[in-house]
Amino acid sequence: MTREEQKENILRLSGTDVRKCMKCGKCSGRCPAFAEMDIKPHQFVSLLAQGKVETLLASKAIWSCLSCMACVERCPRGVAPAAVVEAVRDTVVRMQNANGIRAEDIPPIVDELIPQQLLVSAYRKYNK
Amino acid sequence: MQDVTTNAHTPNIVAFCCNWCSYAGADLAGSSRLSYPANVKIIRVPCSCRVNPMFVLKAFQRGADGVILCGCHPGDCHYVTGNYYTRRRMALLFSFLNYLGIEKERTRVEWVSAAEGARFSAVMNDFVKTVAALGENKRLTDLRCKEDPENA
Amino acid sequence: MQRIGVFICWCGSNIAATVDVEKVAEVIRSEPGVVYSANYQYMCSENGQQLIKNAIREHNLTAVVIGSCSPRMHEATFRKAAEAAGLNPYMVEIANIREHCSWIHKDREEATEKAVILVRTAIAKVNLDAPLQAGESPVVKRALVIGGGIAGIQAALDIAEAGFEVDIVEKNPTIGGRMAQLDKTFPTLDCSACILTPKMVDCAQNEKIDILSYSEVEEVKGFVGNFSVKIRKKARYVDETKCTGCKVCMEKCPSRKGLNEFNMNLNNRTAIYIPFAQAIPNVAVIDPEQCIKLKTGKCGICQKFCGVGAIDYTMKDEFIERQYGAIVVATGFRPIKLDNFNEYGYADNKDVITSLELERLMNAAGPTDGVLLRPSDGKHPKVITFIQCVGSRDTSGCGKPYCSKICCMYTAKHAMLIREKYPDTEVHVFYIDVRTPGKNYDEFYRRAVEQYGVDYIKGMVGKVYNENGTLMVQGSNLIDNTQVTIPSDLVVLATAIEPEPSVRRIATLLTASIDTNNFLTESHAKLRPVESPTAGVYLAGVCQGPKDIPETVSQASACAAKVIGLLVKDKLKTNPCIAHPDEMMCNGCSQCANVCAYGAITYVEKEFRLGGGKTEVRRVASVNPAVCQGCGACTVTCPSGAMDLSGFSSKQIMSEVEAICKM
Repeated sequence: MTREEQKENILRLSGTDVRKCMKCGKCSGRCPAFAEMDIKPHQFVSLLAQGKVETLLASKAIWSCLSCMACVERCPRGVAPAAVVEAVRDTVVRMQNANGIRAEDIPPIVDELIPQQLLVSAYRKYNK
Repeated sequence: MQDVTTNAHTPNIVAFCCNWCSYAGADLAGSSRLSYPANVKIIRVPCSCRVNPMFVLKAFQRGADGVILCGCHPGDCHYVTGNYYTRRRMALLFSFLNYLGIEKERTRVEWVSAAEGARFSAVMNDFVKTVAALGENKRLTDLRCKEDPENA
Repeated sequence: MQRIGVFICWCGSNIAATVDVEKVAEVIRSEPGVVYSANYQYMCSENGQQLIKNAIREHNLTAVVIGSCSPRMHEATFRKAAEAAGLNPYMVEIANIREHCSWIHKDREEATEKAVILVRTAIAKVNLDAPLQAGESPVVKRALVIGGGIAGIQAALDIAEAGFEVDIVEKNPTIGGRMAQLDKTFPTLDCSACILTPKMVDCAQNEKIDILSYSEVEEVKGFVGNFSVKIRKKARYVDETKCTGCKVCMEKCPSRKGLNEFNMNLNNRTAIYIPFAQAIPNVAVIDPEQCIKLKTGKCGICQKFCGVGAIDYTMKDEFIERQYGAIVVATGFRPIKLDNFNEYGYADNKDVITSLELERLMNAAGPTDGVLLRPSDGKHPKVITFIQCVGSRDTSGCGKPYCSKICCMYTAKHAMLIREKYPDTEVHVFYIDVRTPGKNYDEFYRRAVEQYGVDYIKGMVGKVYNENGTLMVQGSNLIDNTQVTIPSDLVVLATAIEPEPSVRRIATLLTASIDTNNFLTESHAKLRPVESPTAGVYLAGVCQGPKDIPETVSQASACAAKVIGLLVKDKLKTNPCIAHPDEMMCNGCSQCANVCAYGAITYVEKEFRLGGGKTEVRRVASVNPAVCQGCGACTVTCPSGAMDLSGFSSKQIMSEVEAICKM
C-alpha cells in the first residue's frame, strides 16, 4: 500500500473526519493516559490529517490508549481521536499478521496474541 | 426525457419556491456555490400556498418527472398560515396522484428557510436522485404534447 | 403579442464564466415575441441600465426580460430603469441565471442550456404580464422598539431625536438590559453604568419616548407603515404613576427568598423590588411567585407602609393596542444553559461561575459590593482560571456552532481588571484562538498579557474536579505538548451566548425570518444588514447575530436611520401584486375570505346586467388592496377559479411550467 492508500485506509477504518478538528486540544486535556502516550490524542488527529502514517504506525501510544472514549465524548467538533488510535492499532495488527487471521484460528489464540486494548475497544465499539 | 444517444435518463424537475424562504435559500445555495443538478428549474411564487394543484398536474402532463414545493418552515410563513394550506392541499393531491400511478416519491413538499442554502442543495440532490431512480414519468404525459421523433 | 427585449448580463465573470451569454442571447433572439436581444458585462451598471432604456425607446418594447442575478437582488433596479424609459415597471421579469444557474453548475454546456430555459420561462411569463399600478397607503408616524437594552435605547433615542414618537416595550420591570449588569466595558474600561444610565434617563425624560416596561408584545397585525400591535402590560401590583421609588416597601417586605435575577441569582431579593438602583422606571414591582399576600392573602405590609398608596394587589394584566409605522426588534441575548457541559462542574461547584456572574461579583452594585469574593466561602480567590469557548464553536450538538464573538475580549478584560485590583492573584486563561478584530482590541488583549502578566495557555480544558475544596482544572497546553492541572480557587466559564428565546415568538408574530440558531435573518448579509426581509421590521443587536456594544450601538443607530427614512414619508407605495376576483365567475361562497390571514376579503352585493334589460343582484368577493399582501392562498382555494393574483397569475405560472417542461 502506498502512504496515501494507507492514510485513506486508516481514515476509513476510523470513520471520523479529521478535517473537522479545530485544534483546541480538549481531547488531550481530558485524556487519562496522556502521560503514558508518546503521541498525544490531538496529535493522532493532526498527524493523520497530514498523512504522516509512518509516525503513527511507529507509535507506542496505540498500546497505552485505554479506549475510555473520553476524548470522543468531549470533542466539541464531533471528531473521534480514540477511533483514529483504534484504526492505527488495527492497521498495525493486520500488518503483523499478514493482513489478518482466519476466523477459526481466533478462539485458541485469543489470549496470547490479541492485545487487551483491542478487545476492549471492540467490545466498546460493537456493544452499543 | 430519454436521451437517445446514451439512453441515460435525466429527470426534468419543477421546483416551486416561495419568495421569502426557499427562493432565498436557493439564492444562498447559489452564492455559497453549493451545487445541485441542472435539471432542477425553479419557479418563484409569493408563497407556497400560491401553488394550485393544477400547476402540479400540468407539470406532469407536460412531461415533468418530479415536482417539489418548497416553503417556509411551519410557523415561519411570511404570510402567517400559507404553508399550512400547502401542507394539507399537497397531502391530498399527492395521495391522489399516487392513486393515478404517479409514485409518491415524485412529489415532495420541503421546508427550507432563507438561511438554509446547504439544506436546499441537499434536498434537491436527494430529490433528483430519488426521481432518477424511478425513471421517466409516463403515467400522465399528454401524448399530444410529445414531438414525433420521425418529424423532429 | 408583446414586443419583448431580452438582456443577458455577464455579471463580470460570475455568469459569463459558466454560461455562454452570447449564445443565450443569440438563441433567444428567435423566440416568438422577442424583437431585441443583447448581452452586456454589467446590466446593473449605469451603462447597462442605459442600454435597457435606449432599447425600450428605440424598439418600442412593451416588455423586458433580464437574465441576471436573483430578482431579490436587482429586480427593483431594473424596474426603475424600465419606468424611467416609460415602461410600466411590472412589465419586467428576471431570469435568475446567476444564483440558480452559473454559480451552481460547472459544465458550460449544461449551464448554458439551463440559462436558455430559464430565460424562455421568463419570456413565457412576461408575455402574460399586465401593467400594474402601485397603490398608496398612509404611514403611521410612530415606531415600536421591542427590547429595552442598549440596542433598543439607542434606536429609540435616535428616532425620537428626529421628532418621531417611539414606544419601547421591555419585558422586564426596567430598561437597561444586559449592559446594565456589566461592570466595565472593553476596550476602554469605561464603567458600564456610567455610560448607560444617562441614556436610560434620556429615554425616560424624552417626551417622544414612551417606555412600556414589564410589557410584552401579544399580537401584531398589518404591514409596513401600518402595524397594529397589541401589547400586554403585565400586572405590576404597583401603580407606576404613584410610586416614588422610595424603597420603604423593600425594607419592610418579609419575603426575602426570591432569587435576584439581576445579580444572576447570586443573592436574594424581596418579593416587592426595584431591580437596581438606577432602574428606569424607578418603580417597584411585586413578584407574584414570592409575594405572601398574593399567595396566601395574608400580609399586606407593603401596602400599609407605602406613603403614596401605590400598591394594588387586585391589579390585572392590561392590554393596549397601538398603531406603528415601523418596528425595531432588539431582543438581545442570554448566556446558554450549561447542562450539557458537566466536565466543567458548573452544577456541582459554587466556585465554577459564568462570566456574567463574575461581572456581577466585580460590580460595585453587585452582591459583594464589588469586592471579588468567591461564592462558596466568601474568601478572596488567589488563583483564577478562565476557560474560553464554553459552548461556542461546538458542532457536537452540546453547544452552539457559531463563535460568540464577545468572549475573547471580555475574558481579557476580566483578567486585566483582576490583576489590576488584586495583583497577588494568579490568572490563567485557556484559549483555542484569541479573536480580537476591532479597533484597539488586539492592543487591549496584548496589554493583558504583556502589562498585566495574564498567563494565556493555548489549549482546552478537559475536566474540572473538586479536590478538598480546590478546583483542579485539567487541560492541555498545546504549545508545550503537555497536560497541565491548575489548582484554582475560582473557575470562570466564558459561556456562549444565544438569542433571548422569546425572539422565536416575536419572529412568528412579525413573520420575520429566523435561522436555525434563532438569530433573525437580515434582508441581505452585506448590503441590507439591519432590515428584516419583512418590510418595516428592523433588527438591532444580538437578535441578529453575536456582537459587542459598539457594534450593537452602530446597528441600532442604523436601524433608527432606516426607520426615520420610512416615517418621514407620508405615503408608501403598496405592492400591486395582489388578489382580484373575476366578478362574473365569483359565486359568493366565502371560501377565500375564510383562508385570508389578513381579513382582506369582504363581500359586496352588486347588480349585474342580464340579457333583455334584466338585472340580478349577486354577492361577490371584494379585495381591499391596502390590506391584501398577495400570498395567493385565496386563488387556490376558490372553487370556481374566480380569484387570481396580479403578477403571479395562474395563466402565467402555467405557462412557466410549460416552458420548463418543453424540452
